[in-house]
Amino acid sequence: MTQQLNRPAVDTVEHAATTPDVDQPWAELGLKADEYANIREIVGRRPTSAELAMYSVMWSEHCSYKSSKVHFKLWGENTTDEMREKLLVGIGENAGVVDIGEGWAVTFKAESHNHPSYVEPYQGAATGVGGIVRDIMSMGARPIAVMDPLRFGNLHHPDTQRVLPGVVAGVGGYGNCLGLPNIGGEVVFDDCYQGNPLVNALCVGAMRTSDIHLAKASGVGNKVVLFGAKTGGDGIGGVSVLASETFDEGGPTKRPAVQVGDPFAEKVLIECCLDLYKAGVVDGIQDLGGAGLSCATSELASNGDGGMQIELDRVPLRDASLRPEEILMSESQERMMAVVHPERLEEFLAITDRWDVEATVLGEVTDGDRLVITWHGDVIVDVPPRSVAHEGPTYQRPLERPAYLDALQENGTRTLAKPSTGDALRADLLTLLASPNLCDKSWVTDQYDRYVMGNTALAMPDDAGVVRVDEETGRGVAVSTDCNGRFAKLDPYAGAQLALAESYRNVATSGATPLAVTDCLNFGSPEDPGVMWQFREAIRGIAEGCKTLGIPVTGGNVSFYNQTGDVAIHPTPVIGVLGVMDDVARRTPSGWRTPGQVIYLLGTTRDELDGGEWANVVHGHLGGHPPVVDLAAEQLLGEILVNASRDGLVDAAHDLSDGGLAIALAEATLRHGVGARVWLDDVAARDGIDVFTTLFSESTARAIVAVPRSEEVRFTDMCTARGQVHARIGVVDDQTDGLDVQGQFTVSLEELRRAHQDTLPAVFGR
Amino acid sequence: MKVGVVTFPGSLDDRDALRAVRAVGAEPVSLWHGDADLKGVDAVILPGGFSYGDYLRCGAIARFAPVMDALVPAAQGGLPVLGICNGFQVLCESHLLPGALIRNDHRKFNCVDQRLVVENASTAWTSDFEAGQEITIVLKNGEGGYVADEATLDRLEGEGQVVFRYAASNPNGSYRDIAGVTNERGNVVGLMPHPEHCIEDGYGPSLDGLPFFTSVLRQAVSA
Repeated sequence: MTQQLNRPAVDTVEHAATTPDVDQPWAELGLKADEYANIREIVGRRPTSAELAMYSVMWSEHCSYKSSKVHFKLWGENTTDEMREKLLVGIGENAGVVDIGEGWAVTFKAESHNHPSYVEPYQGAATGVGGIVRDIMSMGARPIAVMDPLRFGNLHHPDTQRVLPGVVAGVGGYGNCLGLPNIGGEVVFDDCYQGNPLVNALCVGAMRTSDIHLAKASGVGNKVVLFGAKTGGDGIGGVSVLASETFDEGGPTKRPAVQVGDPFAEKVLIECCLDLYKAGVVDGIQDLGGAGLSCATSELASNGDGGMQIELDRVPLRDASLRPEEILMSESQERMMAVVHPERLEEFLAITDRWDVEATVLGEVTDGDRLVITWHGDVIVDVPPRSVAHEGPTYQRPLERPAYLDALQENGTRTLAKPSTGDALRADLLTLLASPNLCDKSWVTDQYDRYVMGNTALAMPDDAGVVRVDEETGRGVAVSTDCNGRFAKLDPYAGAQLALAESYRNVATSGATPLAVTDCLNFGSPEDPGVMWQFREAIRGIAEGCKTLGIPVTGGNVSFYNQTGDVAIHPTPVIGVLGVMDDVARRTPSGWRTPGQVIYLLGTTRDELDGGEWANVVHGHLGGHPPVVDLAAEQLLGEILVNASRDGLVDAAHDLSDGGLAIALAEATLRHGVGARVWLDDVAARDGIDVFTTLFSESTARAIVAVPRSEEVRFTDMCTARGQVHARIGVVDDQTDGLDVQGQFTVSLEELRRAHQDTLPAVFGR
Repeated sequence: MKVGVVTFPGSLDDRDALRAVRAVGAEPVSLWHGDADLKGVDAVILPGGFSYGDYLRCGAIARFAPVMDALVPAAQGGLPVLGICNGFQVLCESHLLPGALIRNDHRKFNCVDQRLVVENASTAWTSDFEAGQEITIVLKNGEGGYVADEATLDRLEGEGQVVFRYAASNPNGSYRDIAGVTNERGNVVGLMPHPEHCIEDGYGPSLDGLPFFTSVLRQAVSA
């Protein structure tokens, strides 16, 4: 590769046409032999080294979705006309856009930055935030919130001490400096992520429906403008080398391929873009992320109706020695590309000047159907843009249900020793509360600014993050991200639907009506038929689940090759659900405050401990079948929670998920330090289970709510009328120190606090 | 009454400060870092954020912005000025306030609902509080450790120039638990916590930020 790219003479189209037999480094660039042959056929000669660079990054797994694309038709097949009505922009653009009413549109999307964050935790995580924020900006929206679903290896593994603090500081360092509130996300630990931490980032943006912008270059003679940071040597080959290759033990270090972020430049770029949109001087816009200029030029041209001519030597450089191939591949951050009508160019440049943002006209939209790139007058790229951006290879990878699955599903939790006394239940509650996945995450989330912009109505540790969009009316959105990879390992179809159900439930618990879905699908190697089977099952689960719930998938991201050697991570389809509220002042928080309010348990509890946190923490056990998915029950529960919020029937609500009722009760008590008395014998008898199962089962479609006594009759009447299973299980009581599970055990607030709060500081320090 | 809020490149809480000004019935005015023009405002807020990225010392570049050429003499002449977080850092760098802000002692960014004690309720920005009052204000920063030499600290204590002290626990290693200070005249106040995030029910941990803005309004009305 070096031999080719470092040649002093530039490899022009003319030169390529006369030297068909030059040996090209397609394999080093991550291309397969048949892919290289295909490129030769498309361009009708050997590609120039610049063309080869472009094809190699754009045809990488990360950019082309070549292994996953064939399964995407499941989205379309499961999207009804009714679901499409709310969609202003669907899958395929930088991010999907949904109509939230009153002239407002919201766009949201999640993306992975897993591999870079393992190599260089701080910059990997930081640039993950930066990339997703630019995706949202390029739809014409002002970014209004971020959240970060994070997954790490064992909490006590020495490498987790390297990765986690760096990732958290990177997310905070970048997001805080952008002035975007971080309102939620997840922090999950599991040995399966030891060599493949998952760093996913989600961003939400808002705009008036009339302000939507799309990534396309049309209008012959329109100028193509690159603006933002200068282009440097960082992140070259990041896409093809990092994101599309499995980490092998003992391989060479890959640090130079990780990009370096400058959040200040991005903050200025956001404000500058919003001013450009307001002035109406942008015809088309695209952010520069993975695959840099290769991606931006080919996608803009491919989405437009003509060709494009670019003078690559005009690109402002941080490092003057960069070769054209490197400039095309560089993933330098904080850059955008706009298509501007020549008559508006002066106005455009005045705005970029005001923000001290460097802007350079690189070329223009042409009437041909070719993307032509020159370097000091020599043509170095001459290709059909669609062939680069949208007509990459597609693989029908073999898939096969893994052979281990039968034995894994056979091995349920029925035979595990269970606590039978009050003292033993109490001990298990405290053990779970202190466990890595259920403990207090303030050590992480306090490093994020959740207040900036002044519109945050709820943030972690509440069930969903809630932000106001319209300051006049209070209209706003709630977002939650969820996934239990352990469930997905046991059954990827059900596991994906459980992630969807939990995220849906969290949004409804906050009082918002679920509206749309985004996903971030983290899997092992697509070349492993077992992984590919998991992947297809997960997509099918999400698509069919969304159809049942009537909420569309608006976009998402696929991250493959999350495996070390032959061992893949648990399938981890992270689901983000977005909901809308007329007035976010009515949102329902997760903890109770008011003594005397009555605690109701909504939903039915079954003996469903397989894959749950009790089995994980107490027995280190994973096996059996995950909890039953009941989306109709989720919908009913969601309606009850949304109506109760709107009509002021509940003052607090908390969804039941990891760790079951026991953890939900403890968290709702800890939130504001107000105690509760609960009695579980009746509800256990009703459901035909023991108190242990009532406390620790992870059955779905359940929540607890705190109901003011004055609203109790209205609330129970509503539940009865709609057929929502409900049981009065306790009362909020400031005379009770902590939690009193009557007839079983009591545990003081101080004990709950100590168990919950000490875990992360004990590992990472104050 | 008109209250100006300066936007530097990298300012983040400027819109929040404008909202807070509006919330108490004053007229918010946006001021631009590049213009040495205070547009006739009756008070100025330097908002939170990371001016110029704060890649050097926090506030060290903002100090040289053209708007500061107008602001510094005006503040020395008695114009009420409130510096919040990065604004506090800018005021220290500009020598309108004594001392400096350094990296938190635990070396992390920290976002918490912080308890404070109001030590001085007679400045332009705190007259609607009572001395000794405990309030809760959002605190969020990476470099909020207040430091000064012993003589300066003694003088500040002696002259009543310590305006806010951290209560319950010291979140960042600030000397003598100092969260905010004022100049000798009491018109320039800087603090690390963010009163503009505590002005609306449902969008912050308290309403304890409102008296900052009503104080300066009352002062202008009575002046």
